[in-house]
Amino acid sequence: MRPFVYERATSPEDAVRAARGKVTANLPPVQAPGQFIAGGTNMTDYMKLDVMRPEILVDVNGIDRNRYGRIEEFDGGIRFGHLVRMAEAEEHPAVKAKYPVIAQSLQLAASQQIRNMATLGGNVLQRTRCDYFREATWACNKREPGSGCSAMDGINRRHALLGTSDQCIASYPGDFAQALIALDALVETQGPKGNRKIRFADLHVEPGNTPNVETVLEPGELITFITVPSGAWTRRSMYLKIRDRQSYEFAVTSTAVALDLDGDTVRDVRIALGGVATRPWRSREAEDALKGKPLTPETASAAADAAFAGAKPRKYNAFKIPLGKETVIRALLETKNMEA
Amino acid sequence: MAVNNGEPGSAERQSGFTRRGFISAGATTATLPLIAGRALAGTPAQRAEAPDGDGKMNVTLRVNGQDQRLGLDSRTSLLDALRDHIGVTGTKKGCDHGQCGACTVLMDGKRVLSCMTLAVMAQGQDITTIEGLARPDGELHPMQQAFIDNDAFQCGYCTPGQILSAIGCVNEGHAGSDAEIREYMSGNLCRCAAYPNIVAAVQQAKTEMKEA
Repeated sequence: MRPFVYERATSPEDAVRAARGKVTANLPPVQAPGQFIAGGTNMTDYMKLDVMRPEILVDVNGIDRNRYGRIEEFDGGIRFGHLVRMAEAEEHPAVKAKYPVIAQSLQLAASQQIRNMATLGGNVLQRTRCDYFREATWACNKREPGSGCSAMDGINRRHALLGTSDQCIASYPGDFAQALIALDALVETQGPKGNRKIRFADLHVEPGNTPNVETVLEPGELITFITVPSGAWTRRSMYLKIRDRQSYEFAVTSTAVALDLDGDTVRDVRIALGGVATRPWRSREAEDALKGKPLTPETASAAADAAFAGAKPRKYNAFKIPLGKETVIRALLETKNMEA
Repeated sequence: MAVNNGEPGSAERQSGFTRRGFISAGATTATLPLIAGRALAGTPAQRAEAPDGDGKMNVTLRVNGQDQRLGLDSRTSLLDALRDHIGVTGTKKGCDHGQCGACTVLMDGKRVLSCMTLAVMAQGQDITTIEGLARPDGELHPMQQAFIDNDAFQCGYCTPGQILSAIGCVNEGHAGSDAEIREYMSGNLCRCAAYPNIVAAVQQAKTEMKEA
């Protein structure tokens, strides 16, 4: 691990000031010299692998927990402080009862030790598990822009088929983010230029020609809150995760579904896909295929086809198309059977 | 190594010359100047809590009820601080990347991975390792006894992490059924595959911990 200066911030202002550090050229946040650390489950891992190379590491755990470590229900939704731990959110009674897709997406992720450590703010920013990204001796456009992509013709079984580019096919690994994008979450941030709100759907970006740019955040910009609006669809929601082993594993394919039914007819539906895309992935195509129609195995199947219509498989990951479709179909039909 | 009644490192400190002591003394002499030099060379302007003159930070860790004052490189993980600087070696290093659970300790009663925790970030919290579980009179924690009673290990390397994780599992209320124990213990890998006996041990200790 490279040397760094450790700083402990006691407020978001403090953290932003410390992380801004010395002024450098236009580097994306993941390559900026100042980095935040909270749970540390992603950051320390990638620092040991020499993938993350912060010069200043700003510990945000000293920020007021009474404000930024709380879950608050309000009229019309629920608000999570960025310091809420994954385990705290998954166990929260209101989250379990009213937003099951959120509780499940957290509970099915990582291990309890990691969920006790990892914060929600850090969770949504976790970086890809692409082995060629993690192992610093391989060419990787995300880690070293312009160096090439070893995954393209390598062992790309775990890689993305949606939102890819000819520069990068690394998949976004998270689960919670799929629930957030399905439920139209909003992210509040504090940065060098002040506070702003970002639609969760706009937070992450596709790799395109700059795979090292993963979000619209600026260097030194800290996620402070995540807000999820409630709706008729939030109670009837679930997260289905298909893995190589039953627990403590990233998704091969997954689906977040939230459903509002009028009898058997789909009034509204939200569908997000995990394990198959380069960023948290909302499938409007699948949603549009279902809206106003009865939810049956046939219409669910048509929605699944629409979800993967744009998929671009590589040598080893084509199996994710039929598997991903089955995941969507099963999630839709199981959600239909939930009591709303 | 015998259970040393919650006094970290006491067994080795009292025994004078040990194999582990010999090895670590040699390693320390060889590597310390290098690390300090690199830390200084790569360090930008001094900041709050920046390393002092020798590239070390003053870090106080509360381990098994005792304050340990250490001079550490900012990069030192809690795991390495426990093992290499304090000398409580019951906590094991497996993968060092948060994938195996061997390094599990309790922080303020919650199970966490010490390999992914920077020591400097663990200040002000109560850290419990396997050495801190037995009572001063030597009576084992119910979970330790249950692992022995149920033969819940073979080589034993993952066992300290399993036991600390199992205590967390019970205290969280996640030991309701065999299936729930398996799910909530999935962060602790056992290469010897003693899993059925680990589940049995957690079931046994769960009852005794409630009665205690």
